[in-house]
Amino acid sequence: MMNLLLIAAGGCLGAIARFIISSRLNNKSQTGFPIGTLAVNLAGSFLLGWMTGQGLPESFYSLLGIGFMGAFTTFSTFKLENIQLREKKNHPVLIKYLLFSYAGGILLAFIGLMIGMM
Amino acid sequence: MNFVMIGAGGIIGSLLRYSLGVLTNPWLSNGFPLGTLLANLIGCFILGWFTTGILRLKLFHPHILAGLGTGLVGSFTTFSTFSVETVLLLRSGSILMALIYVILSLSGGLFMSWYGYFLGLRMFKERGEAAS
Repeated sequence: MMNLLLIAAGGCLGAIARFIISSRLNNKSQTGFPIGTLAVNLAGSFLLGWMTGQGLPESFYSLLGIGFMGAFTTFSTFKLENIQLREKKNHPVLIKYLLFSYAGGILLAFIGLMIGMM
Repeated sequence: MNFVMIGAGGIIGSLLRYSLGVLTNPWLSNGFPLGTLLANLIGCFILGWFTTGILRLKLFHPHILAGLGTGLVGSFTTFSTFSVETVLLLRSGSILMALIYVILSLSGGLFMSWYGYFLGLRMFKERGEAAS
């Protein structure tokens, strides 16, 4: 039960933090590149990697890992933006967005994990 | 008010994602992150459909729409867990499983998002014609 409350609290704050950061940055983008979503996803991948490497106690992991980072980063918005870029025939941005998200996310999660384990 | 709705959506989305992970955990014993994959694919479909259909039909107040889309569905799906799970699979030597996970997320997510987008667009057009 405590676990569920911690996940709920983290999820609540993570969603609000994502909304604030990603909408501000996305609005600044002039090329239509969803830089805000990319930024939260990359930052979240690094931080969750670091937390996993650290081996946080279960309650901290529920609050910060499953709750906060889980809600702070998003997969559905990322994919929807892919489809919208394709509909606008903005292929150069689409390819870059896919590449930066996947390669960057996995690489940063790896670097975070390594730093966390040191 | 927007923050309250998005926060509430974040609570529900995170708890649903966690529950799906717990529920699907016993389905596969080989360590494949099925829960995250399913949450991400289901969320892609729903957000695509929601954004082109429900959102544009303006059936609800914008704050409720933000709570459902950005809050609930946005938090139900996750990118950080996907990245970390891929790294953990690679590190444990399950290269093939990591590759399958990335390919299913990449292509499956695009397909589900597109399919939801398509159905939402169709619903919007049908409702729009019925109204005019």
